[in-house]
Amino acid sequence: MRGVDGPILRTSHLLGTEQLSIDEITGLLDLAGSYVGLNRTGDRKHALLKGRTLVNMFFEASTRTQSSFELAAKRLGADVLNMSVGTSSVSKGETLLDTAATLNAMRPDILVVRHHDAGAAELLSRKVDCCVVNAGDGAHEHPTQALLDALTIRRRRGSFEGLIVAICGDILHSRVARSNIILLSKLGAQVRLVAPRTLLPARVECFGAEIHTDMDRGLAGADIVMMLRLQLERMSGAFVPSAREYFRFYGLDREKLRRAKPGVLVMHPGPMNRGIEIDSAVADDIEFSVIQEQVEMGVALRMAVLDALARGLPRDGRNAP
Amino acid sequence: MRRLAFTNARLLDAASSLDTPGALLVEDSHIREFGPRLFHDGLPQDAEIIDCNGRALAPGLVDMRVFTGEPGSEHRETLESASRAAAAGGITTMVVMPNTEPVIDEPSLVDFIKRRAAATASVRVLPMAALTRRLAGESMTEIGLLKEAGAVAFTDGDRTVTSTRVMRLALAYASTFGALVVGHAEDPELSKGAAMNEGEFATRLGLPSAPPAAETIIVERDIRLVELTGARYHFGQISTRAALEAVVAAKSRGLPITCGVSACHLALNELDVDSYLTFRKVKPPLRSEADREAMVEGVAAGEIDVIVSSHDPQAADTKRQTFAHAAFGAIGLETLLPVTLQLFHNGKAGLLHLLAALTSTPARILDLESGRLECGLPADLVLFDPEEPFAVDASALHSRARNTPFEGQTFQGRVHQTYVDGIRVFDHAAHR
Repeated sequence: MRGVDGPILRTSHLLGTEQLSIDEITGLLDLAGSYVGLNRTGDRKHALLKGRTLVNMFFEASTRTQSSFELAAKRLGADVLNMSVGTSSVSKGETLLDTAATLNAMRPDILVVRHHDAGAAELLSRKVDCCVVNAGDGAHEHPTQALLDALTIRRRRGSFEGLIVAICGDILHSRVARSNIILLSKLGAQVRLVAPRTLLPARVECFGAEIHTDMDRGLAGADIVMMLRLQLERMSGAFVPSAREYFRFYGLDREKLRRAKPGVLVMHPGPMNRGIEIDSAVADDIEFSVIQEQVEMGVALRMAVLDALARGLPRDGRNAP
Repeated sequence: MRRLAFTNARLLDAASSLDTPGALLVEDSHIREFGPRLFHDGLPQDAEIIDCNGRALAPGLVDMRVFTGEPGSEHRETLESASRAAAAGGITTMVVMPNTEPVIDEPSLVDFIKRRAAATASVRVLPMAALTRRLAGESMTEIGLLKEAGAVAFTDGDRTVTSTRVMRLALAYASTFGALVVGHAEDPELSKGAAMNEGEFATRLGLPSAPPAAETIIVERDIRLVELTGARYHFGQISTRAALEAVVAAKSRGLPITCGVSACHLALNELDVDSYLTFRKVKPPLRSEADREAMVEGVAAGEIDVIVSSHDPQAADTKRQTFAHAAFGAIGLETLLPVTLQLFHNGKAGLLHLLAALTSTPARILDLESGRLECGLPADLVLFDPEEPFAVDASALHSRARNTPFEGQTFQGRVHQTYVDGIRVFDHAAHR
């Protein structure tokens, strides 16, 4: 059995859900669960990461994920540096690996990276000495989002075995979808994907999920409905003809939600496009919607990830020559 | 009079199906005579004797698809550095693509390439000229004048002419001069933004991808246009079974069409992209294993006419990027022969059959004198050991670029010496 402070992760990076074992996932979710409790008390500041430096490197803007990581790190006592990449040398033609080398020389302990290209976090992890957390790479993976979704589901439903999870919307461009399909399937859930053909990647059935192009059928008997954000630029004829047509066939409203199981949970990784992929009446209905809870779980889960990664770091500081 | 006597050789000539122990005499930079009985009555007194130790002596390879960085990107590769790499790979004639800065789209630039090559390169360099000005796909180049200046064929390199009308007119005009047009088959719209082959692996990696049909669509379009215009047409490289089937059908209808494949696409498939290895990001993308097998079968059946290196040097600034942003291209001059010989060692095709795709057939398509062992022809020769194993070591390559997709891999087939016009341009012993 694992001790309270024992190792949880086998590797020094969190790059995706694909590489995670059930034990690692359960370990992270258990640890995150304990942080949920702590965060709800007044005593929210810990010294676990005192003296450690976390760098947030976001090549793609994301207020939500970036502040969630920042808050998680600060609650654990770490110093946080938010690198504003728009104004850094990346826009001056420096390669990603040059940026990595520069950053590495500053000797951070944990690097949180979001990038618009698949594989960016993995590429960086091979070139830096610190822990790397993938906060989203292209249409590849977003592991902390999937883990926080799993935490939210587990706290509400207890276990994943036999749960029907319908993931709906822009699967093609979504790293959240990929990470969730992989993670939730590993945990024993039955995953369904619901989208028009233009928003489903080639051979998506390889993940073992059920594919539906009809939302009514896709939602039938679902325990969890997970909606994905549809980028505005994809609605004007390229992938779907219009926002109103999309909403008519793939937007989640009360009518469509009736197909799901009573007591269904509605999730969304945010930010939402109200009236496009989700009707406000559903998004704001606390009877179904756990969207705000996902944000709260996000901070706790990220604290657990940082805690777990820090357990692998040398204790006596890295700045000694 | 300078004479070279190659003794104890295994003479290999695809054009005449010759595979025999023997000797060969070079006199004044030309092949004077060769055969199993040569020198049986004693070695020539005044000749330099080269004991081949039973190794294969064959016509130097003709590589129909080489990208360099000269002019414009000399930090990636010059004609000189590419020619050293070619010589080390047993290639005695390299056909260079017009995708440079400036684009080789006017006679003075064809002349520039020829002069630079004559001044700096150690192997024969033959330029292809652009089919359309600035490779923009809008208006054709001066095909007649460029041909007179020495362009051996017309191509937009790794770009497809998007406009069917422009392509039709360029083909029709080229046919006026009997000029060879070399096409690249990748639908630009369908493959826009794509970094790899569409399929399960691309989906798992979350990479933007294009379907194999992007190739078939252009192959089928251009076959129709050849039917319409009668132009001589060569697909620079194909990579899918569907494209091969279309080419085979076109050939059986008697159309003047040929095609090539890159050694890379014979050896690697899409799974070799592995964990986003940008050195394996090539154009067209590495395909499924079924398509790779189809390419191997196509070569074995003689349906694919030539094998090329598709040598495309890239520097750190273009490859040290995320996969989606990294440039396409892999170097291949120095691995063309050994990678091709994999098919021989795996029992897929005979040695002479493979050599034809590297020597006599490309020479015939380009209407060159080389690529054969024949008395009176220039002595462009490669001396190699088809069995000798070696591991690819990027740091030991002669190319200025390091982007080999085969780093660390072991192949059989070591080039020992290369001769152009009877002059030794590469000697493995000197580099050990």
